[in-house]
Parts: sequence; structure tokens; C-alpha cells
Amino acid sequence: MSSIVSVQTLNKTYDGGFRALKDVSLDIRDGEVLALLGPNGAGKTTLISIICGITTATSGKVSVGGHDTIGEYRAARALIGLVPQEINLEPFETVMNTVMFSRGLFGKGRDDAYIERVLRQLSLWDKRDAQTKELSGGMKRRVLIAKALAHEPRVLFLDEPTAGVDVELRREMWETMRDLKSHGVTIILTTHYIEEAELMADRIGIMAGGEIRLVREKAELMAELGRKQLVIELSTNVEKVPEALSGYDLSVGRDGSEIVYHYDSRRDRTGITKLLNDLQAAGLQMRDVRTEQSSLEDIFVDLTQGDAR
Amino acid sequence: MNLTAIQAIYVFEMKRTFRTLLQSVVAPVMSTSLYFVVFGAAIGSRIDQVEGVSYGAFIVPGLIMLTVLTQSVTNAAFGIYFPKFIGTIYELLSAPASFAEITAGYVLAAATKSFAIGLIILVTAFFFVDLEIRHPVWMMAFLMLTCLSFSLLGFIIGIWARNFEQLQLVPLLVLQPLIFLGGAFYSVSMLPDAWQAVTYLNPVVYLVSGFRWSFYGLADVPVLISLLAIVGFSGLCIATIGWIFKTGWRIRD
Repeated sequence: MSSIVSVQTLNKTYDGGFRALKDVSLDIRDGEVLALLGPNGAGKTTLISIICGITTATSGKVSVGGHDTIGEYRAARALIGLVPQEINLEPFETVMNTVMFSRGLFGKGRDDAYIERVLRQLSLWDKRDAQTKELSGGMKRRVLIAKALAHEPRVLFLDEPTAGVDVELRREMWETMRDLKSHGVTIILTTHYIEEAELMADRIGIMAGGEIRLVREKAELMAELGRKQLVIELSTNVEKVPEALSGYDLSVGRDGSEIVYHYDSRRDRTGITKLLNDLQAAGLQMRDVRTEQSSLEDIFVDLTQGDAR
Repeated sequence: MNLTAIQAIYVFEMKRTFRTLLQSVVAPVMSTSLYFVVFGAAIGSRIDQVEGVSYGAFIVPGLIMLTVLTQSVTNAAFGIYFPKFIGTIYELLSAPASFAEITAGYVLAAATKSFAIGLIILVTAFFFVDLEIRHPVWMMAFLMLTCLSFSLLGFIIGIWARNFEQLQLVPLLVLQPLIFLGGAFYSVSMLPDAWQAVTYLNPVVYLVSGFRWSFYGLADVPVLISLLAIVGFSGLCIATIGWIFKTGWRIRD
């Protein structure tokens, strides 16, 4: 799959000296949903702001659809739709006016049928003549999405679209994202909700301290998460895994008081029964048995520890 | 060139004007008309003619300028300050539109509004005082140029302002004195020599003088100089705005 957004060694140092981005490189594939996870202050919003042209990078290059975001900013920006984190709307404008404005601003001629489709899809059509200040928080967020979609972008940035949104609306938003993806729109989603990333993303990126710590296929990541550990506490310590058990993926833990078995929980035969029998045969006394599984959250915490502000 | 973007901003801003017709058009016309009643009809009849023109008629061009200058600056300043204040500026900054296009949209809308106000006041003036317009084409040209150049100034103020107080500061503290001391209510030749010299440092003098010339053929400074002053002022504003967008001063991190 070709990349639609390419970020090369991007750096951003704010006037106060704070380094928000450190040598960030990232390729976003055409048509994928990429979820960017990370604690507050990780640099997610700064990264998005630079790609969209709101913030100037200190150094590095960004291209969208093959167009440099500085040299060919018109072509690059025309492809991008941005839904910001904050709900920023002209309070006295009607939904229709503000969405039409966005379309025109991005250089697209009037297309009432398209705008109607977007508003209907986001359940805003009945509210089209309402002033935005009259709308509920969830509705306002949908107006922001409608504005971002008004010029038919190929890449959509959603900066924490479901923060502070009720369960029902969150489901509707996920539905909208799926629909957009099926129409070939590339979606970059920042979120605090790991389950949201699990549910929506093709790939998951984790940012912390202004760096991208990891970008992986969700499926790959999930396979890794499928791995479990069986921890067997022993009555008497051992120095190493007994010869008789060398056929298993075992390691010795906690100064020899534990033997740890690594296995794939999704397989039909995990080999646990046989291992327990063999352990007994080898003369090892078991005191207790427990299993451990790392979650996306563990990986996330591991990678971002000490960076959260 | 993204003409659609200019049009989108222009239409959006004009819709705001129509939505707030009472405060944006009726109010300034109303308050200027009060000047005509007081200075033109009531007090004006007891004041001598100024250089052959009745006082009531003499102050009309200056009063139109007074309103048009203030309106241009405040409209354009508010037009760009508001998106900054409520955060919708993200959309302007991420749009495939150049600084010239964004400025054109806001400035043209603000200028259109103050131009319309200027014309309405002019028409209203005919009800209170006897007016003649010797050079109607020049009159329109001066009015239009003034609206444009001071809308450019307003745009800069809107970007510069960090809060509503600062937004009010320049129109009240700088423009108002300059306009009142710019010969709107008197001819510069009526002042003592020393004050005349000081007065010529006031850019508004050139505007009022040129505009009044288009009505009565009377000018404190040569018309060409008035014209050059206003064109030069516009050029300065455009250069400043160009620099602002290039450096992102107060709009882009």
C-alpha cells in the first residue's frame, strides 16, 4: 500500500524551549485507519497541527498525497480534513452556513447534494438551520466533523473525537468512521481510549515524550498480546530448568522459586496438562499456579512510563 | 488563486452583517445623523460660513470620514479577532488559501460594509443640509480607498489584539483623537501656525482634506498629496500583513 502522508524527521521546539517533537518519522498508508495513542503532552496534537499547516515545524518535511506541505501547500491541504480536539464553532452561525463556509474555504464549489448527504449521515440534517450554540456537545462535535468532510478530503484527522462523548454517540462516530474508510478515506485518530484503537485501527502508533515509540499492525500487536504466561510457584527453588523439560518454552523466575511457561492462549492445545504432568514426573513440588497476560494497556504503560505529564 | 475561498469568507462575513443589521448599520447611521441635527441644523445656523460653505455642509465630509474610518477599523478588527478568540482560526490556517486571499476576504467584507454606511450617511445628510458634490467620481474613489485602507489597518489590529480591551484600544485612544483633530469640524487654516504644522503630521488630515475637496473644491493640502498619502498608507498596511502571515506573528505557533 502506498503512503498518503509522509513525515520525515520532524522536530518542533516551542518558543519557551519545550521540545514537543523529536525526530518524528511516520508513513501513513492510503486508506488505513491509524490510531495514535499517547498520554497528554506526548506530541500528538502538535504532529497533527504541523501536518495540517496550523503550526510551523522547526525542522523536517511533511508531504500529503506527494505534495510538500510548505512548497505545495494548496495541493497538500486540499486533501486534508481536520476535526480539532476543542469544540471551536461560531456560536451564532447556522449549521448549514458554517459547513458551506468550510467547503468554500477549501476551494470547492457549491454542491448542495453532497452537503445534504454529509449532514444526513451525521444526523444533522434536521438541525441545519439551528445556530450552533443551540446544539448539545455531541451535536457540536458532529458539526466539526461535517465541516472537516465538507470539502471531500482524502485524509481525515480526528483529534480525540470521542473524548467526553456519551456511549451512544461514540458508537455512531465509530459507524461514521467505518463508512468513511469504506469510501477510501484515510483516517488518523488520536485517542486516550485503548479499546477505541483496538476496535477501529488497522495500525496503532504509540507516542510519548515527543517521539513515536512504536507503530505496528494491530493484528500483529494483538497476536503478541495473545501470548500468555503460566507461572508455577515451586516449594523448593531450582537453579535451572530440568533437562527433562527442555522441550517446553520455559524460563526460571524469581531466584528459582518460579518456573514460567510461555504459550499461545489462542491455540487449541496449549500443552498445559502435559507440562503439569511432566513437572510432577520430574519431581518438582508445585505450591501455586497462576496465569498472566499482557494487554495493550501494559504495552502502552511500558512504553510511556515516566513520560506522562 | 483560490477565488472560492475569498468568496466564502466574504459571503460568511456579509451574512453576519445582515444578521446584525441594527447594530452594524443602523446604529452608526443614527449617531452620525445626530451630528447633522446638532451641528448642521441647530448650532450650525449660528456659525459663520467656512471658506464660503455653510458650516453644516462643511462638516459633512469630515463626519462621513469619522464614521467610515471607525467602522472600517472596528469591523475588520472584529472580523479576524473573533475566529482567533473562539478558536475557529484553525480552519483558516489549515485551508489551501494564501494570506492574500484570506486578507482579501475579510478586508473586502469590512470595506463593503463601511462603504455602504458611508453612502447611507451621505444620503441622510441631504435631508438636513444643502450639499453639493463637485467631483462625484473622486468622492466615490476617496471613500472606497479609505474604506479599504482602514479595513487593512483594522485587520492588523485584530491580529495584534490579545483581548477585547486591546481591540477597543486603538479605535478609541488613537483613531478618535486623530479624527477629531484631523479637520473634520474645522479647516486647518483656522488654527494658529504652530498647530497647523503639528496637524500636518496627522494622516487623517489628508483624507478629510481630499474628501472635502471632492465635495466643495476646498482642500487643506493638495489633492494629489491626499491621494498619495492614502495609497502609501494602504501599501504600508499590506506590507505589514504580508510580514504577519509570513512569520505567523500572533497567529501561528
